[in-house]
Amino acid sequence: MSEFILILLSTLDSTIRVSTPLILCAMAGLFSERSGIVDIGLEGKMLGGAFAAAAVASITGSAWIGLSAAIGVSVCMALLHGFACITHKGNQVVSGLAINILASGLTVTLGIAWFHQGGQTPLLSGDARFYSIDLPGALAVADVPVIGAIYSQLISGHNALVYLAFFTVPVTWWIVYQTRFGLRLRAVGENPQAVDTAGISVFWLRYRAVICAGILCGIAGAYLSTGQNAAFIREMSAGKGYIALAALIFGKWRPKAALLACLLFGFLEALTVRLEGVDLPLIGQVPTQLMQALPYILTVVLLAGFIGKAVAPKAIGVPYIKER
Amino acid sequence: MKRQLLVLSAAVALASSAVAADFKPAVVFDMGGKFDKSFNQSVFDGVEQFRRETGVKYREFEVTNPSQREQALRKMAQRKANPVLAIGFAQATALEKVAKDFPDTKFSIIDAVVDLPNVQSIVFKEQEGSFLVGLLAAMKSESKVVSFVGGMDIPLIRRFNCGYAQGAKYAVKDVKVISNMTGSTPSAWNDPVKGGELARSQFDRGSDVVFAAAGGTGAGVYQAAKDAGKFAIGVDSNQNHIHPGTMLTSMIKRVNVAAYNTFKGVQNDTWKPGFNVLGLAEGGVDWALDDNNKSLITAEMKAAVDQAKADIIAGKIVVHDYMSDNKCPSL
Repeated sequence: MSEFILILLSTLDSTIRVSTPLILCAMAGLFSERSGIVDIGLEGKMLGGAFAAAAVASITGSAWIGLSAAIGVSVCMALLHGFACITHKGNQVVSGLAINILASGLTVTLGIAWFHQGGQTPLLSGDARFYSIDLPGALAVADVPVIGAIYSQLISGHNALVYLAFFTVPVTWWIVYQTRFGLRLRAVGENPQAVDTAGISVFWLRYRAVICAGILCGIAGAYLSTGQNAAFIREMSAGKGYIALAALIFGKWRPKAALLACLLFGFLEALTVRLEGVDLPLIGQVPTQLMQALPYILTVVLLAGFIGKAVAPKAIGVPYIKER
Repeated sequence: MKRQLLVLSAAVALASSAVAADFKPAVVFDMGGKFDKSFNQSVFDGVEQFRRETGVKYREFEVTNPSQREQALRKMAQRKANPVLAIGFAQATALEKVAKDFPDTKFSIIDAVVDLPNVQSIVFKEQEGSFLVGLLAAMKSESKVVSFVGGMDIPLIRRFNCGYAQGAKYAVKDVKVISNMTGSTPSAWNDPVKGGELARSQFDRGSDVVFAAAGGTGAGVYQAAKDAGKFAIGVDSNQNHIHPGTMLTSMIKRVNVAAYNTFKGVQNDTWKPGFNVLGLAEGGVDWALDDNNKSLITAEMKAAVDQAKADIIAGKIVVHDYMSDNKCPSL
């Protein structure tokens, strides 16, 4: 029994690590999409951020400067997206896809040119990485049954960006639902004409929304290359941006529900890793291929039966034209 | 007179260009690039050594996406490069097409078999090298559990896995070997995040030595081992320097020697098409011992591994090859 709890705890522990970039990207997408801008480019911004973080951290030796660089690069890409589809009213899906392609090509090209390691950055060590933090009292309560184990193994011992990611969820909720900016943000995604009539700039609001998205994607990227890993490796975002987007839609564009969807995806991925090659009672060893397909199968099942209708913000994907 | 001179000079030009055309070596690296600290870099070391020793320059290309493989090989052959060295099993299909179109060009491929009259296929007995590092892993393990992280789930990687398991069980009978593959698509070579998670899950299940044969994914595995205070084993190149104190050893595949010999063979006209299988006896595979890991290898371990190596070369130990029947008796 205790072994089962140990496996469960380690799976949940891994869930938290795997979900972190998903949560950050989902919150990023929430800001952007709630303002009416489709954000397919989460993946590209995260990848660009990951490269910037690892490259700058390896040169300066500081993970925090790396994080700032990641945010900077990701915000620039977000502004590019904004410039194309807010100012110039371009197609938002096409612009987002272009951001992804740009990031995937540019990171490898710059990586080869600067570091000569086939698109990788040098391995980071010391202060150039975010290390896991032991929360106060983790060791002291480790022996207390259940609660002690949960606190010391599950909650304590992650790096700063993990805690930051979980912290962004209530902050996002507070901004979107409790502030004036949040009210206007939601309004501009539903009915931009009304916002414009009230004398508020639709463009400026949407720009601020994509900047928020850029900041969060940058943090997600820095987590990938300087927290979870110790270098940038080509295409290291591996589709996480798209999964975060799916989680956002799962969560009906609401912070709490999106968080739960991210945790579900993270849990399935962690479970896949844990159960691979393990003999299960009654079933025996499950084939690798089935385990790897499991998250996708469950996604289809959940989407078909349990989630219900997800209603997007009304003005999403529609560029705002002032006079009609 | 003038005309004769012209013909003469043309003939001289032709002759000299023919000589040059005879020997213009080229190498096409695979994804990962020549500075991947692993497989491709080892090839790069080999061809660089050749350039330094003979002064003959070579053409090179680093493939950065799958569609470039055939294009690159074809370009090299069109520019009269000879021999053309293709790196990695993934280039086999591309090479098969190109080699048929250029029957006069000599091609060599490392890590794959292409059965054509103008192709030399160089393959390694990875199972023998993996056997040795498996033996070391089992002797080093205190928990009697060792593990393996593979890249893409292909027979070649299963061969590493199988040799490793055999070596571990040869050293310690009741050792448990946990094996995981990162994925079933080429992206499994470059997924350090998943590699790290796999390694962590193996550590949770009791493993304290992990062997990664997974290209770029290995970086995540080694990092996880370092963070968790466990041991890791490198692959292809000597990777002991990556994390001294964590890297127990590396399973070396001397692709540098193979690459060097290919160029040298064509230069000396001793190059032959067909199969070229390199094992422990030929020095094609080995285990790495240097300043970075000598404190981790006890005298007892060294004696055992040297004995096993001698026995394999002498044929007293036969390491089963997974690819011969797609089965592994030790797993």
